[in-house]
Amino acid sequence: MTGARKLRIATVSLAGCFGCHMALLDMDELLIGLMEKVEFDRSPLTDMKTFTRRADVGIIEGGCCNEENVHVLQDFRRNCDVLVALGQCAIMGGLPAMRNAIMHSDDPLRECLEEAYISGPYIRNTTHHVPNDPVLPLVLDRVYASSEVVRIDHQIPGCAPSGRLIHDTLVSLLAGRFHGFDPHSIRFD
Amino acid sequence: MLDHPREDDPVITAICRDLGNDRHRLLDILLAIQRKDRWISPQALTHVARLVGLTRIQVEGVASFYSFLSLEPKGRVTIRLCDDIIDRHAGFAAVLRVFEEELGIGLGQTSGDGAVSLDATPCIGLCDQAPAAMVNDVVLTRLTPERAREVARALKAGQRPEDLIHPDFDRLTPLERARAAVETGIRQAGAVLLGPVPAEAGLRRAMGMEPEQVIDTVIASGLRGCGGAGFTSGQKWRFAAVTPADRRFVICNADEGEPGTFKDRVLLTERADLVIEGMTIAARAIGAREGILYLRGEYVYLRDHLEAVLAARRNAGLLGHDILGQAGFDFDLRLQLGAGAYICGEEGALISSCEGLPGEPKTRPPFPVTRGYLGFPTVVNNVETFAHAARILDKGAGWFHAMGTHGSHGTKLFSISGDCTRPGVYELPYGLELRELLALAGAEDAAAVQVGGPSGTMVGRDSFHRRLTFDDLATGGAVIVFSGARNILEIVEYYLSFFVHESCGYCTPCRVGNVFLQKAIQKFRKGHADASDIAYLRDLSATIIETSRCGLGMTSPNPVLSTLANFPLVYGAVTRSTEDGMQASFDIQSAIDRARGIAKRRSHIYDRDFSA
Repeated sequence: MTGARKLRIATVSLAGCFGCHMALLDMDELLIGLMEKVEFDRSPLTDMKTFTRRADVGIIEGGCCNEENVHVLQDFRRNCDVLVALGQCAIMGGLPAMRNAIMHSDDPLRECLEEAYISGPYIRNTTHHVPNDPVLPLVLDRVYASSEVVRIDHQIPGCAPSGRLIHDTLVSLLAGRFHGFDPHSIRFD
Repeated sequence: MLDHPREDDPVITAICRDLGNDRHRLLDILLAIQRKDRWISPQALTHVARLVGLTRIQVEGVASFYSFLSLEPKGRVTIRLCDDIIDRHAGFAAVLRVFEEELGIGLGQTSGDGAVSLDATPCIGLCDQAPAAMVNDVVLTRLTPERAREVARALKAGQRPEDLIHPDFDRLTPLERARAAVETGIRQAGAVLLGPVPAEAGLRRAMGMEPEQVIDTVIASGLRGCGGAGFTSGQKWRFAAVTPADRRFVICNADEGEPGTFKDRVLLTERADLVIEGMTIAARAIGAREGILYLRGEYVYLRDHLEAVLAARRNAGLLGHDILGQAGFDFDLRLQLGAGAYICGEEGALISSCEGLPGEPKTRPPFPVTRGYLGFPTVVNNVETFAHAARILDKGAGWFHAMGTHGSHGTKLFSISGDCTRPGVYELPYGLELRELLALAGAEDAAAVQVGGPSGTMVGRDSFHRRLTFDDLATGGAVIVFSGARNILEIVEYYLSFFVHESCGYCTPCRVGNVFLQKAIQKFRKGHADASDIAYLRDLSATIIETSRCGLGMTSPNPVLSTLANFPLVYGAVTRSTEDGMQASFDIQSAIDRARGIAKRRSHIYDRDFSA
């Protein structure tokens, strides 16, 4: 690997809980070995908000629940060679997608927002309004898995995936040796 | 209003008794109850189950299978508008709107006073006279909004549907009634079926021959089944004849359900004797004493006519014991009415239906020729096949064999409809080019032609030189013409919705696969499809064809596959590129539209003119 440039990774957390990013850090001392091979570009870990250069791998945590998620995800697709969906929310929509279950309503989105901000039994919202600051991105009609919005090349399942699984997948991916998972490594029961 | 349903209705008891309390006649029993009460009440289900010795759920299974049997109360008059694609192109929507306006009800509803129900139904075999509708047991053709208004008002005023056909309906003979309701539709008569036909000439010749010779003659003529599959008819007869059995059956498949096909309607109206003569010849050839003519429920307006023909033949000694004086030659048949299920055109499903079961196909083998109706060897042939057989016996195998081309002998009835000036039935020798047929029918602007109905092939102008034979463009009779103004994908989606509706539901690939296929085509119509969706269409189609249980699922992807092959540019034009890695099916504008309404503001990101 001497002389070869370090591979660039970008990461982002969309409609997720940041748990997958925590798992990324949870690879402990393996991180030291990994950092010899890669550098991080746009990522919450570097606090860089935009791409400085094209990345080899983009790691996506979370699905899309609002227009900003879509915008960022499309930006990742344009700026990364390979996109990896990390964790259940990115792959399937995950916990945020529970709101997709509100379907027998004429206006499911309004019903969802009202329950979340006004009528829910545990809500204390003295304004009695759904937050509507102009800087807030518009919420999508439902939560979309990342693969519904852009082409996703690989998925790392789990909620969250273990640090070891993320590490091993990234290493084999960066070496061009990734051909899917050993079924035992992604058994969660 | 209707009487309160009872579990001991004496009329139902009488209906069941007249049919021998026979569970195999369950469809007839239920049809009679439907006619009497305009629905089949829970009480009637229990009552019938007790009388015929079935469980209630078995009876309900049959009653719920057929779309002309209703488990909810229907009006005294049920209007069933034909919702075929041809009818849609011919003005279905305008006619429907008038009925809805005048009757104050929507599709699927019954008026508050229980007078009229309004329903839609797939092709009723009147594509050459679209838009058409069934009103109880009669049919109305060439509906216009004005005519629809007249009909709706007359029915509201309590007129009988029959009075809409002819002021002196009751005084007409059954044949005159059928002709008053429906134009004959013969555009071109050929040498075999629609030209002059001497009465019983084929039957008389067959009686002078050994049964084996009759079969040899039919085989030598090259006659193949006219329903679409094209199996060698004489072979079928031979298989049934050589299977040892105490009873054998001859069944005429008049369940002409393939959208766009209406040739059997013409034969049953104008050549009913010839068809039954052919059945009688088949009976003699295979040694059958009993037969069934399975008439699709949509052709109920022909029932009285056919019953009259059967009665006349019995009187003339052409049916019954010792036919034409030949001792021991006994054959008679009954009319079995269907109840609105396309699948019953499949021979196994048709036999199930005759046996009083839901019209589900049977597992093959065994084939009906060895184990058919009630487990006995059964020959099931199309209406046209029997009529041809009668003529072959009269004129000889060589005469028939000389017409047409190699492998496709004799003449064929083509029913042409759609965008042409002379829709109707044409009898022509096999082997003519499609463009010759289109020229005859006045289809100069044809841009696409569906040959063989939805389960056949859709071809474009570059294929109009292809020949109508079993080996090139095969058809059971349907030739549906579409001009360049029509939307191919709309047609494909319509045909898929037809198969979704008509799948019997027995096997998953057909029940579920066709729904997925329809959704995939909808994706194309919305412009959300990309190249991978084309691969998906092919892949899913292959799975449905390979794993379905009967011919319905084996052919239902054909509208997709044949348009993919023959109209690739149509799909290409609505397929989005995915080179940028964005999913074509994701539409940000529709995804944020709700939120725009709730927040009462535009998007910072996706509404470009926000800052302007």
